[in-house]
Amino acid sequence: MAAAVELRDISCTFASNAAAAQGYTAIADLSLSVGESEFVSVVGPTGCGKSTLLNVAAGLLQPSTGEVRIFGQALHGLNRRAGYMFQTDSLMPWRSARDNVLAGLQFRGVDALQAAAQADDWLRRVGLADFADRYPHQMSGGMRKRASLAQTLVMDPDIILMDEPFSALDIQTRQLMENEVLSLWQSRKKAVLFITHDLDEAIAMSDRVIILSAGPASHPIGEFAIDLPRPRDVAEIKMTPEFARLHRAIWAVLRDEVLKGYQQQLRTA
Amino acid sequence: MSSQTLTQQRHAFGQLRLRLWQALLLFMVVGFWYVMTEPGLIPPMMFQNDRQAAFFFGQPWQVAQRIWAWFVIDADIYRHLRVTLTETVLAFGIGAAAGLGGGLWLALSPLSSRVLEPYIKAMNAMPRIILAPIFGVWFGLGIGSKVALGFTLVFFVVFFNVYQGVKEVSPVVLANARMLGANGQQLLRHVYLPSATSWVFSSLHTSVGLAFVGAVVGEYLGSSQGVGYLILQAEGSFDINTVMAGIVVLTLFALVLDGVVSRLERRLMKWQPKAGETEKL
Repeated sequence: MAAAVELRDISCTFASNAAAAQGYTAIADLSLSVGESEFVSVVGPTGCGKSTLLNVAAGLLQPSTGEVRIFGQALHGLNRRAGYMFQTDSLMPWRSARDNVLAGLQFRGVDALQAAAQADDWLRRVGLADFADRYPHQMSGGMRKRASLAQTLVMDPDIILMDEPFSALDIQTRQLMENEVLSLWQSRKKAVLFITHDLDEAIAMSDRVIILSAGPASHPIGEFAIDLPRPRDVAEIKMTPEFARLHRAIWAVLRDEVLKGYQQQLRTA
Repeated sequence: MSSQTLTQQRHAFGQLRLRLWQALLLFMVVGFWYVMTEPGLIPPMMFQNDRQAAFFFGQPWQVAQRIWAWFVIDADIYRHLRVTLTETVLAFGIGAAAGLGGGLWLALSPLSSRVLEPYIKAMNAMPRIILAPIFGVWFGLGIGSKVALGFTLVFFVVFFNVYQGVKEVSPVVLANARMLGANGQQLLRHVYLPSATSWVFSSLHTSVGLAFVGAVVGEYLGSSQGVGYLILQAEGSFDINTVMAGIVVLTLFALVLDGVVSRLERRLMKWQPKAGETEKL
């Protein structure tokens, strides 16, 4: 069975204004795969190219070398089978919550009434049934994230790409959202590639955690299978001894990279 | 009265006080005007005789009489108001549409933008009011030349606003729309256009104001109808009272126009956050 997402020997070098000769290599020799119903998290120190690899998987960015395969097929252009949840606000400010959620269906040509019905259904599922007519500026950060989630999931994508989606939220809302995502994912398990710098979040949510080295030219330096039983509650699972064991093991690898990352930033500053 | 809270009562009283102060100020200004221009009331201070002040500044009572005659007795100003309003609306409509189209086109086509940039800069720098006589020759003394002048004023404001607005569309919103499956045309219709039109609306007050200025100035420089024409006629016979009356009417007209635009703006811009305001839900 072909993996849902397969990145093979990907490297991304960006042209730099400062040093015209050499560009900045964000990631190099990166290979990873995500199975069809697998929840994979990628953790790494700040600035290690996590977003870059997600953009490559989404088709928003063409890699300098390597190839991307989606369900066995080489990827050209945008990844049409993936939904993307951005780190910052991505809702269209001139549209209400309902109109935002049905946007993807509208672009696909779905009948207006049906699209509205599906949008309302998903808004109800993420707990925004009473806020369907609100505009983004009238909603809190957590509500906007939930609307974005509904907007992505209403399309029923086979792959869900998430770029630190909850890093801008306070801890309480973040835990609520994490549980929300898990319960929504539980019913129809899609391939999920989840980027985060929060190790707790990664372990609590995923089947597998991949650690990225510090930039530049970051690549995976560790992979851990998370054998915690499902369904999980994000807050409670952190209290279990198995969680602590996994956390210790992964942090041992990650800590060095985080320190390397800081050294890097101090040097360039 | 008992159903009002104490805060509401205090607020209403505060509003009344404010209005009284404003009315008092107006009364004092008009009173001053009257006293300074009424012949025989006070000795002439700046002029040779006591009729000259009225000649230069007009007299409030006569101005009021003129306005009354325009609106009630002769009721002949409505035709002129209609003409000025038509010119304003046409200048705004055509100018905004062209500004919207031009701004969108150049923002989305970098090559055209680079080729045309110096010319647009030059045309914007030129004081376009000076084109009024040329427009008079080209379009005659009818509303055409007034609309043309208003157009040149409105176009650039809207154009630069739209250009900026499209260039500054959030790349995240754009990427999100693309990931949701929007093709080029859908991006234009559902992302670029709403973003651009919001910039048009944010410059609505300025654009409508400029359209009005273009219409009135165009009339003043040569016309046969409109409030600017009335002022022009009065000036020719040194009828200062009528000129002042015309100015008052134009000011009131501009305020009404501004009020209409504000109402429209509130309706169209309800998705925009107003800084520091709590939302009344």
